[in-house]
Amino acid sequence: MILKTWTSLFACFMMKLKLFNSRIKNYNDMSVLVFVEASNGKIKKAGLEGVVYGKLAGGSVTAVVCGEADAAEVSSLGEYGASQVFHVKKNYDAGALVDVMAAAADKVGASLIVFPFDSTGKAVAPRLSARMKAGLVSGALGVPSAGGAFKVKKNVFSGKAIAEVEIKTDKKIVAFSPNSVGIQKTGGTATVEEFSPAVKESRIKFVETKKLEGDIPLTEAELVVSAGRGLKGPENWGMIEELAKVIGAATACSRPVADAHWRPHHEHVGQTGVAIRPNLYIAIGISGAIQHLAGVNQSKVIVVVNNDPEAPFFKAADYGVVGDAFQVVPRMIESFKKFKASQH
Amino acid sequence: MNILVCISKVPDTTSKIAFTDNNTKFDTANVQFIVNPSDEWYALVRALELKETLGSGNVTIVTVGPAEDDAIIRKALAIGADDAVRINANPQDSFYVAAQIAEYAKTKNFDLILTGKETIDYNNAEVGGMIAELMGWEYITPANKLDVNGSIARIESEVGGETRVLECEMPLVISAAKGMAEQRIPNMRGIMAARTKPIQVVEPVAISAQVAITQFEMPPAKAGVKLIDPENMDELVRLLHDEAKVI
Repeated sequence: MILKTWTSLFACFMMKLKLFNSRIKNYNDMSVLVFVEASNGKIKKAGLEGVVYGKLAGGSVTAVVCGEADAAEVSSLGEYGASQVFHVKKNYDAGALVDVMAAAADKVGASLIVFPFDSTGKAVAPRLSARMKAGLVSGALGVPSAGGAFKVKKNVFSGKAIAEVEIKTDKKIVAFSPNSVGIQKTGGTATVEEFSPAVKESRIKFVETKKLEGDIPLTEAELVVSAGRGLKGPENWGMIEELAKVIGAATACSRPVADAHWRPHHEHVGQTGVAIRPNLYIAIGISGAIQHLAGVNQSKVIVVVNNDPEAPFFKAADYGVVGDAFQVVPRMIESFKKFKASQH
Repeated sequence: MNILVCISKVPDTTSKIAFTDNNTKFDTANVQFIVNPSDEWYALVRALELKETLGSGNVTIVTVGPAEDDAIIRKALAIGADDAVRINANPQDSFYVAAQIAEYAKTKNFDLILTGKETIDYNNAEVGGMIAELMGWEYITPANKLDVNGSIARIESEVGGETRVLECEMPLVISAAKGMAEQRIPNMRGIMAARTKPIQVVEPVAISAQVAITQFEMPPAKAGVKLIDPENMDELVRLLHDEAKVI
């Protein structure tokens, strides 16, 4: 009788221990799925950062590489924190990528799915969220705080404030802002397997691709040179393009300039144009209206050139030059050229 | 052709952003509300242009919000929308809004659902994709140009330095961005006509929000601008290299 009680007590204790262990295990082994985009053999930078994000969020990371990528690039994801890589070799459109990510999430039992908050992420993550009934935070600035509820911070009101958002569903999706956690190698290796789940046929027909003017896509550029009405007319953009070329920057413009057709619409940065967050944003002859600032205030460093010392942009700038753009910019070009030459 | 344009109420772009209730609620005191710019300038105006070009069709606007949102609905009607639907609920999160709109749209016969590329308050860019998924329709984002030929929508989408030209049989959901149309200022006739256009009030379905904002904070303040002698651009380059470390 006593023995029996002891045995049952012991069994009960072991069960509790097992439950406790499994809880700990579940936490450490939280399965994280990361969407990684590739094209022309290369993995996109945002994809590497996604893997780092998944690792920092705490869990075993499975990277889903979508698109053509060299084998060496694919297996190198282990160095950034992935323990497993699924390689989807077909070039799918966003609709099919939702099917791919849903199948991969199912296969690994993912509790967290990570996307970069870029054009592909915006096309895929909301649909996956609605399909899986997994709460989504778009534009996360970092990884969730450890312990307790799952909360991440994101910019709101176009960078004028930050919100902490809690995801209340069991399965969670985070689309992180590029450059929010950075890219670092932590060492490690990943197993790689080809992954080809069934996808629904797309009703969207791809007709053609037209290259936009400019060599560097604005949204991916680390350096951006931008100009506004202070330049007086489209004929004066030569020096802006030259400056951009010297430092390897993309060119951008303010809304009035795009609306006056001095520059193409896709160069318009601001609240209603493109929002960017480059490392360096050089604004020339732009006064800095609040709507313009909303699109660029996430830039790491802002340089403002304006002949009006009262221009509101100076308040948001790290470095300011009060002077005539037509004199300052050519000098700037010469100084950057000198600097570039000294680097070789 | 029947087009549904989703509009959202947002604070005017120049609003001072502040919070109440221990930084858990957006302070609406003295805030002027407007129709979210990309919903109005790109989605709504393009929908009206398509109707005008085709010479037939109907443009309906929908928003999820309380009775006070009728003010921004009247603005959208003044620009030229034919009628409006207000789903009578406080928007809780993107999924809640998308599910309410999809529930309504399923009972109608729309060829196109347009949203703006993102709202300027919560910057999520989520509702369009969620509606598409809930409707089982295709979704194209961003759409910088939109034309319709018979039952086919032709879209130009600017992504990563290139323009992709796409075609899709309707119905589908499109997220409207810069380039699609230009802002229209309502004229007096439009404003007068908007007063008598119908706003249908629809009661919401029961949906649980998936995310919630728990706290707001202000971003760290800038240290202040460092002014550089306009004659000495070598110094600017030196600072960008040595101090800011961005070149």
